[in-house]
Amino acid sequence: MNLSFFDQFASPYFLGIPLILLSMLFPTLLFPTPNNRWITNRLSTIQLWSLHSITKQLMAPLNKEGHKWALILTSLTMLLLTINLLGLLPYTFTPTTQLSMNMALAFPLWLATLLTGLRNQPSISLGHLLPEGTPTPLIPALIMIETTSLLIRPLALGVRLTANLTAGHLLIQLISTAITALLPIMPTVSILTTSILFLLTILEVAVAMIQAYVFVLLLSLYLQENI
Amino acid sequence: LCAAVPLKDMKLLDVKLGQLPTWLAMRDFTPGGILGALRRGYDRYYNKYINVKKGGLGGISMVLAGYVVVSYIWSYSHL
Repeated sequence: MNLSFFDQFASPYFLGIPLILLSMLFPTLLFPTPNNRWITNRLSTIQLWSLHSITKQLMAPLNKEGHKWALILTSLTMLLLTINLLGLLPYTFTPTTQLSMNMALAFPLWLATLLTGLRNQPSISLGHLLPEGTPTPLIPALIMIETTSLLIRPLALGVRLTANLTAGHLLIQLISTAITALLPIMPTVSILTTSILFLLTILEVAVAMIQAYVFVLLLSLYLQENI
Repeated sequence: LCAAVPLKDMKLLDVKLGQLPTWLAMRDFTPGGILGALRRGYDRYYNKYINVKKGGLGGISMVLAGYVVVSYIWSYSHL
């Protein structure tokens, strides 16, 4: 019975047909392409408004070179946001609970920022490995520490997203099981029901996961691409 | 006195019950045809519920409710 708690993270299959691609492409249905009218429908208006505010927020600390990343960063934001929020609906499958998908997103993008920095301004990028004003005896150790922290960034990015979402989903399932199991014993259920509501709102923090994800990506981006 | 429309091009609601198997067999099941049918269905839904002046919460809620139902059907064997 305990093992069935992880079944919700199994990649979905139906009659032997893998559905993972469908569940990853479903968010595209929810974003209709905006037409050329001045006043579009309400859905497009809301989506365009949120897209614009996210883009402005993301691109504010970047210099002109960094604005080239606007498209990929905002589309990544919208993708992760939608996938995480859709995963909160009952019976749905969340692709971002799979470490494979998150690493596939985190690793190439981090590598791109690293290589851009090393290619365009190598001394500045390497100079980031040593913070200013360190005492001379500490320099070798600190360089190794900074290199480690640099190399662990993609792992941290991917695992952070996976762990947060998986933990949230597991908790929801556990607490729901507890409520249904305790239903014959009435008074405890009401307290547990409020805690599940609480947990669901805390799960809206999955939305904050997007902030965390793209912000950290952005952080490493302008750290290496700044003038 | 209705114009003689070939069976292949008639709409589904106009097809008589006896003609249904013939009608189904004559539909376009190539990948391009299926894509066209999906595109037409999507456009119909979009223009009726979302691309309107005062579209409400119902347009996208129906999509999400349908997604939940389909996910339930897909995961039924695991439950």
